[in-house]
Amino acid sequence: MILRGKAWKFGNDISTDLIAPGRYFHLRSDLNELAKHVLEDADAEFAKKVGKGDFVVGGRNFGLGSSREHAPTIIKIAGVSCVLAKSFARIFFRNAINIGLPVIECDTDKIAAGDELEIDLEKGVIKDVTKKVDLKFAPIPKAMTQILGDGGLVEHIKKHGDFKIE
Amino acid sequence: MGKTISEKILSEHSGKELKADDFSIVKVDLCLLQDGTGPLAVRQLEQLGIKEVVNPQGIAVFLDHAAPSPRKELSNDHITLRNFARRTGCYLFEVGEGVCHQIMSEMFTSPGDVLVGADSHTCTGGALGAFATGMGSTDVAVAMGLGKTWFRVPRTIKVVVNGKFRPGVFAKDFMLFLIGTLGAEGATYKALEFTGEAMESLPMPERLVISNMAVEAGAKAGIFASDKMTKAYLKQHGREEKYRELRSDKDAKYDKEIDIEVDKLAPMVSMPHTVDNTKPVDKAGKVKVHQVFIGSCTNGRIEDLRVVADIWKGKKRDTDTRVIITPASKDVYMLAVKEGLIETFVDFGATVTTPGCGACVGVHGGILGDGENCVSTSNRNFLGRMGNPKGFVYLASPATAAASAIKGELTDPREYF
Repeated sequence: MILRGKAWKFGNDISTDLIAPGRYFHLRSDLNELAKHVLEDADAEFAKKVGKGDFVVGGRNFGLGSSREHAPTIIKIAGVSCVLAKSFARIFFRNAINIGLPVIECDTDKIAAGDELEIDLEKGVIKDVTKKVDLKFAPIPKAMTQILGDGGLVEHIKKHGDFKIE
Repeated sequence: MGKTISEKILSEHSGKELKADDFSIVKVDLCLLQDGTGPLAVRQLEQLGIKEVVNPQGIAVFLDHAAPSPRKELSNDHITLRNFARRTGCYLFEVGEGVCHQIMSEMFTSPGDVLVGADSHTCTGGALGAFATGMGSTDVAVAMGLGKTWFRVPRTIKVVVNGKFRPGVFAKDFMLFLIGTLGAEGATYKALEFTGEAMESLPMPERLVISNMAVEAGAKAGIFASDKMTKAYLKQHGREEKYRELRSDKDAKYDKEIDIEVDKLAPMVSMPHTVDNTKPVDKAGKVKVHQVFIGSCTNGRIEDLRVVADIWKGKKRDTDTRVIITPASKDVYMLAVKEGLIETFVDFGATVTTPGCGACVGVHGGILGDGENCVSTSNRNFLGRMGNPKGFVYLASPATAAASAIKGELTDPREYF
């Protein structure tokens, strides 16, 4: 599958508090409403500006902090097709796969805000259409590929009746 | 080849001989949900079409993050969780019973357990010799529904801590120092294992502080070998029979080793807005303090409250500094009442609130105003953490928080020891 969209750049240490702020705690059972505030404390206008299929491109340790799965979920609801970062916090990475949101570790310094990207998840290639360069990324662990391929952990378990990752 | 504690526990729970980097399905002993993550886990179980949980006696649901509820939406989330607990027969801890990690430690977590919680500070359980880690709602939903989860067995960083803590310096200061040294992702995907004479002589409440904050260095687990301190804590909570000895083999393979001497360690503070932005308090400069928060799953225990009461006895808070105290559990609260600590707090000018998470997570009970600074004994100071992206959170020990409340500015507590 090829993902196409525009890059929205963020810095290092984008915490789940920045993605899904605690002051909207009461919206956690209304995810569409919560998604209107996604990443609000990192970029107040992001939720209004982001287009369907676009990419969130972060720096180091993306998604650190709380285990709130609402964070990757509202990034996905906002229309984002994939999150790219130099590195991810462990729980966020796993949560993203579990809810069917692809996450890629790569050198995001090479991508500028607004660049048009085409990402081939199977081949592990990011084509920066604006810069006319290709970036490679290491595939995610096999166990996670199987979960992501099924569309997330709920779909994975529904399909196989159990974990099928070994 | 010898095994680390994590490798031992995960091997036992998978029925295979596992080593670091292996992927495996692992049996889960304990699950926890709280009111911020639990409703989503309940909805995911419904999506899965799973009506019963495998082991209700190993599941605890906590109403602690928004307790008492400040909004109708959260009151409705509480109803969802109460109904879930009633329907499945798992444990429910009501508003006012305390913060999840404190109650898990008091009542459930034992050496050798696998504990998964829909809360990142679930790693607190490592202090008791359990493999305890935070996950998202869907992972915990599946763990409840199938009684198992998958893990990549973490590599372990051995943290050897020697020397003796000086008066006024606590486990919190050590952990802030370590996180500052490692960085917020210095232990990502790894387990931290704490050992050495300074850790062996550390009572359980102080160990809980250290394990609690392992995730702030990115770690999957923050684990201690079980020993006489573990046994004493289990006995104190009527669970002595749950004790078992568990330690890494002498020839276990570690990712790396870090050696730290605590003799020269000073009180530490995490400056806004990252936990690894640490400094010694006496080098942090002048910081006016508008609010002091003492509580949370990191530092709301009776031992913390005793330190605070000793410093405050006969004193008053600075007139420009408001003070909030949140005991970590009902038992902590009761002890504080019996020991006369609450009287000292109220006399000092502090507000004592419902046992639970308190002001830590920015939902209620102490949201900062624009431009305000808070010295907090909790574990996170990310932008917006305490409910306002225009507020500033400084993380410190209960002693530093107590001293700062007297002076109205960030204060090194050693003059009170």
